[in-house]
Amino acid sequence: MGTITLKQVTKSFGDTQVIPPLDLQINDGEFVVFVGPSGCGKSTLLRLIAGLEDVTSGHIEIDGADATNIPPSKRGLSMVFQSYALYPHMSVRKNIAFPLKMAGIEPEIAKKKVEDAAQVLNLTDYLERRPGQLSGGQRQRVAIGRAIVREPEAFLFDEPLSNLDAALRVNMRLEISELHQELATTMIYVTHDQVEAMTMADKIVVLQAGVIEQVGSPLELYSSPANRFVAGFIGSPKMNFIEGETAAKYDAHAIGVRPEHFILSNKQTKDGWEGKVEVSEHLGSDTFFHINAGKQGVLTVRAIGEYALRHGDACWVKPDEDRIHRFDAAGLTLGS
Amino acid sequence: MARKITNNRKIINTAAAWGIGLLIFFPILWTILTSFKTEATAIADPPVFLFFDWTMENYSVVQERSNYGRFLWNSIFIAGGSTILGIIVAIPAAWSMAFVPSKRTKDILLWMLSTKMLPAVGVLYPIYLLFIKFGLLDSVLGLTIVLMLINLPIIVWMLYTYFREIPGEILEASRMDGASLKSEILYVLTPMAVPGIASTLLLNFILAWNEAFWTLNLTAAKAAPLTAFIASYSSPEGLFYAKLSAASTMAIAPILVLGWFSQKQLVRGLTFGAVK
Repeated sequence: MGTITLKQVTKSFGDTQVIPPLDLQINDGEFVVFVGPSGCGKSTLLRLIAGLEDVTSGHIEIDGADATNIPPSKRGLSMVFQSYALYPHMSVRKNIAFPLKMAGIEPEIAKKKVEDAAQVLNLTDYLERRPGQLSGGQRQRVAIGRAIVREPEAFLFDEPLSNLDAALRVNMRLEISELHQELATTMIYVTHDQVEAMTMADKIVVLQAGVIEQVGSPLELYSSPANRFVAGFIGSPKMNFIEGETAAKYDAHAIGVRPEHFILSNKQTKDGWEGKVEVSEHLGSDTFFHINAGKQGVLTVRAIGEYALRHGDACWVKPDEDRIHRFDAAGLTLGS
Repeated sequence: MARKITNNRKIINTAAAWGIGLLIFFPILWTILTSFKTEATAIADPPVFLFFDWTMENYSVVQERSNYGRFLWNSIFIAGGSTILGIIVAIPAAWSMAFVPSKRTKDILLWMLSTKMLPAVGVLYPIYLLFIKFGLLDSVLGLTIVLMLINLPIIVWMLYTYFREIPGEILEASRMDGASLKSEILYVLTPMAVPGIASTLLLNFILAWNEAFWTLNLTAAKAAPLTAFIASYSSPEGLFYAKLSAASTMAIAPILVLGWFSQKQLVRGLTFGAVK
């Protein structure tokens, strides 16, 4: 079981409150991603759950029992760090076996578990090496191996992929997702990369300045963001926000349209906004246009596949009326 | 742009370094040379440098007159014991200062160092009285404790700088892996800090070996280490230069050899943490 409940948890460093009172429920077996811009308190929140930081006030419950004052070593959680934090003086085998040794598990059983974990993670050939002799991806696997052998209540990941190159990151993302399918253990994953959040999470927690902006499944956040911050943070490229006269027509302070929710045409349309292509980014599968649409501002528009528009070309864009998000002056989403 | 070092400059620098090195080493060299002279040659005027009748006589006299082995054993016990004791006390202290610093950590470190600025003689009287009270006068145990306390600030400082270089995340990882504080220090921190601990051990062994103020003032016959052995050959009349030199050479030889073989560790130990 791995339910984690945060009740009115706060954290201050000196006089600075980085996490105002916060409630959160994480269910057993869920893959929860904390996402937000750097400095939003997501890592601090993870460290509070881990017990590496003490809460200033409030309670943390693990499996229904108060864990607020239990030291990290006794919480039954495993953590994978951004820097991997492997023990440089131990072989891969000893690194993975370390939590078992600490738990006082018999060497024979520990050996079997380490070898099983190494098998799953493709590390069998590297068991006698030191971390310094491994590549970034292999080190990451060792860190994961060390986390899984002790069969924790929940896994905590602190930006585990940010030190890897782009191709490896996509691979590891998949491996972690597969691991979650296999183990069905609660996972809490911190990242600033909304793509990681969208692709891996069952539940995303969007944070800003220590405050939870919205909690929901990836698609909930995508299709019904609670406010302008979430709308802008989730989705890539970012949602376009249009204020002023155009927004007023929709009875809102601002409207938001995702790049994929425009109808683009190189011929004049009756109710389209006229614009001029400033930059076009050709990705093969998609083309992104940055279009200067006069009083609407510069809009990012996505077209599927190749689209024959170049710098300086005139074009007409029209938002998909059903997919327009409306926001009030405070940035909150207006009901339709 | 890298600074260009001309050949001339290199030669001057090398010559200067050698000059300074020889200047520092000269008294030791002179002591060693004198130990092979007769008492008459030793005080000859003008002094004789290399060309004299080399003799081992002083060594045999010194060996006959006093029991070198006992002094040597006392030195090893006191220097070794105080260093090991110091390390055991200093590792947890340095751990807490390096990894869970408080607002006052810097002040405490400075305060600890400031005790080294106090002239030792300033606390001789109270410590002497304490030694009488606890029956520690002329005991190796008493000296071991005093030398441990004297060198503790340096040990803590050195370990603190080493520990600061160890990423805190690795210790946090061990905590997440279920390690208790004891296991964390024993299985993770200490092995990672082995080079640092080794050079700290070495330096403090040397410092304790050479310490003369407390060893001379708190010992008589039983617990006297090699420093007292040397002192016993210095007479106010100064007529036994050669024997004094032989005793000195015998006293510094072990530490000189140790220092020679651990040069690398020592240099690393003294410059570690200075360059990021």
